[in-house]
Amino acid sequence: MLRLTCPCCGVEADESELTQGGAAHLRREGPGSDEAAFEAYLFLRDNPKGPHLERWRHSYGCGKWFIAARDTVTMQVFGTYPAQGSGPPPDIAARMGGRA
Amino acid sequence: MQRYSVFALVRQAMGWHQGWERAWRSPEPQAAYDAVIVGGGGHGLATAYYLAKNHGMRRVAVLEKGWIGGGNTGRNTTIIRSNYLQDPSAAIYEKARSLYETLSQDLNYNVMFSPRGVMMLAQTQHEVRGYRRTAQANALQGVATEFIGPARVKELCPIIHVSGPRYPVLGALWQPRGGTARHDAVAWSYARGASDLGVDIIQNCAVTGIDVEGGRVTGVQTTRGPIRCGKLGVVVAGHSGVLAGMAGFRLPIESTALQALVSEPIKPCMDVVVMANTVHGYMSQSDKGEMVIGGGADGRNDYTQRGSFSHVEETLRALIETFPMLSRLKMLRWWGGIVDMTGDRSPIISKAPVEGMFLNCGWGTGGFKAIPGSGWAMAELMAKGHSPLASAFGLERFREGRFVDESVAAGVAH
Repeated sequence: MLRLTCPCCGVEADESELTQGGAAHLRREGPGSDEAAFEAYLFLRDNPKGPHLERWRHSYGCGKWFIAARDTVTMQVFGTYPAQGSGPPPDIAARMGGRA
Repeated sequence: MQRYSVFALVRQAMGWHQGWERAWRSPEPQAAYDAVIVGGGGHGLATAYYLAKNHGMRRVAVLEKGWIGGGNTGRNTTIIRSNYLQDPSAAIYEKARSLYETLSQDLNYNVMFSPRGVMMLAQTQHEVRGYRRTAQANALQGVATEFIGPARVKELCPIIHVSGPRYPVLGALWQPRGGTARHDAVAWSYARGASDLGVDIIQNCAVTGIDVEGGRVTGVQTTRGPIRCGKLGVVVAGHSGVLAGMAGFRLPIESTALQALVSEPIKPCMDVVVMANTVHGYMSQSDKGEMVIGGGADGRNDYTQRGSFSHVEETLRALIETFPMLSRLKMLRWWGGIVDMTGDRSPIISKAPVEGMFLNCGWGTGGFKAIPGSGWAMAELMAKGHSPLASAFGLERFREGRFVDESVAAGVAH
């Protein structure tokens, strides 16, 4: 079973305690953006076969959103970090080996 | 091609069955083809077959990285139905269902199509309203379905517990002409039919790159050398995003795992297909007596072809409420497939942003039922540049906001 450590409350939670929320670090488009930008924001995804940055919510715990770096083939978890910020912290990025 | 018949069987029996030829040829890849189809699952093979049969294209190759039908074609729960809400969906799924009816005769190969009837249980008031609406829509589309009450559900499938406290059966959407078919046979029959019409089926040949010159596809790089092509059809389900990446664009698709499992074989106890969408459980009984059970998609991005324990536990927990007799059954096998989910739960049959490249993907959790219709439409699109069956399923619908929304219709991924 997939287990992720919530960076907000520190609990190592089973997958069944969490809700997944799709790809992380999407750039939200506002009014005035063109159709292509909205399409990219709403629908187009990298969907990588390998390291993936994704949003999770600790729904049956502290309720906070956080981001996990996980490999979609090996299921290896490189680490989790709070949802604020625009990318993974250096130590997690290093563990991912620049593959995301 | 050696035709299969009872006389052929008798003739071969005389020779100790040593005289059967292989069902399809396995040639070395040529340097160039008019059309190359990437993906040797049901959809890819059907596309190649109809390219050859309906459109006279003979220099066609199907490239499969593993073996024919080894991906989702061999991993699904074989349900065939066409009771969709939206008109474009009903059109293509009903085309597929009607092609299934005569597929064994058309391809001279027994695909064991069994129109035993499919019922989709309504276990909440929301579902009752939804399925009544679908039944009305189907009547207008010319798809034979009806909404039936719990008494009729119990009559058709006596092992259902209709008055359970948590998941009561309030009715069902019943499609008597739906059913199942043997999934391997569907892949093999299309492979045999296509091979007979001159299509080269090349297994153990993974595509590693797509050659694009001046915005136009010129060929593919494979583990068995480069192959040039005039047109490229990408029919790779869960790996569509990987192939799109090779050609330099992204897709509105995310790949997740969908699980299924079969029980030990038991005596015949259920001669319909039952889908319980509230609890994400689908069940039918195979000819061998195994209960074939499908679950819901996992949700998270996944390329492992294994599902999560928690999801399968949810499915079984809920199915046992509806089918109490299942509780003592042992499960024999359990597997997963990688499904390609779009935002509106409808497929993509479309020209790609790169000229000469075509996409057939996004079937998500419900591709098996669509194989003949999907291949028919994809072949027409590749040959003529336009297909009435496929026109609503273009890639541009996401940019233009013209969804074929089936996620709301069923309330679940299906």
